[in-house]
Amino acid sequence: MSETLIRLENVSKTYGSGAEPAVRNLTLEVQKGEVLVLVGPSGCGKSTTLRLINRLIEPTSGRIYLDGEDVTDGDPSELRRKIGYVIQQVGLFPHRTIAENIATVPKLLGWDKAKIEARIDEMLELVSMDPETYRDRYPKELSGGQAQRIGVARALAADPDVLLMDEPFGAIDPITRDRLQNEFLRLQQELKKTIVFVTHDIDEAIKMGNRIAILREGSEIAQLDTPEAILAHPADEFVESFLGSGAILKGLTLKKVRDIELHQVPTLSSPVMREQALETLRASDDQVALFLDANDKPTRWIDERALNRTSQPIEKSGRPVTVDLQPEDTLQDALTVMLQSSVGMAVVTDRKGKYLGCCTIESLAKLIMSDG
Amino acid sequence: MSQIAPSLKNRTPLSERLDLIVSPIFAIALAIIGGVVWLYSDLDDTTISILAPEKLQRQLVETITLGLASSLLVIAIAVPLGILVTRKGFPRLKNFLVDTLGLAQALPAYGLIVIFFSFMGAGITTVILALATFSLLPVLRNTIVGLEQVDKSVIDAGRGMGYTTRQILMKIELPLSVEVIIAGIRTAIVINVGMSALAFLVGGGGLGETINSGLKLDRAPAILIGAVLVAILALLFDFMSALAQKYLKPKGL
Repeated sequence: MSETLIRLENVSKTYGSGAEPAVRNLTLEVQKGEVLVLVGPSGCGKSTTLRLINRLIEPTSGRIYLDGEDVTDGDPSELRRKIGYVIQQVGLFPHRTIAENIATVPKLLGWDKAKIEARIDEMLELVSMDPETYRDRYPKELSGGQAQRIGVARALAADPDVLLMDEPFGAIDPITRDRLQNEFLRLQQELKKTIVFVTHDIDEAIKMGNRIAILREGSEIAQLDTPEAILAHPADEFVESFLGSGAILKGLTLKKVRDIELHQVPTLSSPVMREQALETLRASDDQVALFLDANDKPTRWIDERALNRTSQPIEKSGRPVTVDLQPEDTLQDALTVMLQSSVGMAVVTDRKGKYLGCCTIESLAKLIMSDG
Repeated sequence: MSQIAPSLKNRTPLSERLDLIVSPIFAIALAIIGGVVWLYSDLDDTTISILAPEKLQRQLVETITLGLASSLLVIAIAVPLGILVTRKGFPRLKNFLVDTLGLAQALPAYGLIVIFFSFMGAGITTVILALATFSLLPVLRNTIVGLEQVDKSVIDAGRGMGYTTRQILMKIELPLSVEVIIAGIRTAIVINVGMSALAFLVGGGGLGETINSGLKLDRAPAILIGAVLVAILALLFDFMSALAQKYLKPKGL
């Protein structure tokens, strides 16, 4: 695979003498450009492990390497300026404007003023916040979600290779969290930072991680693998119980609609000959047909009853297609749409809304079985 | 795609606006009372000699000197001390200091001045040291409280981004606690100016002399005018500290 950027080697951390170590003899490698999620029950030492990397907590023993260089000794402040750091409580400086907050590390690194100013705007745009509007505001004027966007912008301001994130979306309401997670994944596709991400939420871990380290007490690695592999083959009972019931359902978030074999239902389009349509419908195994408009966009589910009702035009009868899926949506989305749909199927279209096929429960089940 | 947060209006809360109005109003009211007494009471020669302008002027300067010097001394000692004991590894010293100085404040100021007199003899230095001891606690306590109430996550973020310990103190902790610290200093200044009326007891001068003469010679207008002047001075210093509090407090809080 790719090269190792962060390496913890036999690292231990013990508080006080004789106490149980918070981190026991941990060896961990983070690959360049990956998102490694540390997940585990509270008190397992995942946050401690994260804070060992930028030496906010000094290890009792062991070595820490960053990009091949031993950084266990030496000036911790200088090390931290090279590593982005995002925490759950965000920790924006309340007495500094948004712009000044973002400029923190560039200023510490002695960038010149013009470069910093340009960088501030660039960062604000990166996290989808209008520079004009927000530059001169103070943190107390921001919502929780906005504050964490600035938290991320501030961490990325000096363009560090490594980003440490300690439950960054943990204190944010579920809807905003989902949006921030998606934005962050999109950002990461562009930036390709090396990220160590701590969470206690296994769903978040599955969504965000290229690899997941499931930790038990003492920061011992119970399993370290891709989300797919962990869901398919949990290493032991601890991992299994931590994944919780519904590992199959969780696995659906990792697969896309395009992975599934689409089912083709009969289609109708204007102008519809009723007799002919009835024949088509009767000849097929499906109880319904899809009515497509002039652009091949599916608009209504038409069944036999709707075809027989001559009182209104076909394109106005039957049930409307309210939600459609696209190939890049997850199978979990597909399942939701199917369950809500009156016909037990979900329509899949391409980006322009053109009909591609349908997702059915059978095809979903077949995919899960083949994985099993 | 970002939604625009409602811009918070920078309205000063009522309590803070009152803060800057109350002291001047009281000072003006007292000045009027003093003026009325001066104009309308029967001032005999003795009273007039007690209230001689050159005497009052000297005593005013002495009172201001006492108040300022002891307050500066307190700031110079208590703020660094408060910073020191809130660093890692000093929790015991902190508790010890707060307890001991609480004791000093529990003593009557009068007693404290006399104790210092018995060691140091008469003079202005004795008074300054006694006042400083007496008013050390509010400044120390507010410095400690101010530093400890700084949001730990803000400090954590600062460290995580590479601030040194010194930068954390200067750029995060002190700016975020300056309001609370000045509140303590304000208390100390008012105490010091007020208590400086006792300085005459050990030859420290000040407006206490006028009050004392008035008492001894049974001249009520002299007592009143002396007391009013001390009170006006204390209110004036309070007002200036309130201004400092308002303008030194960082924006955005």
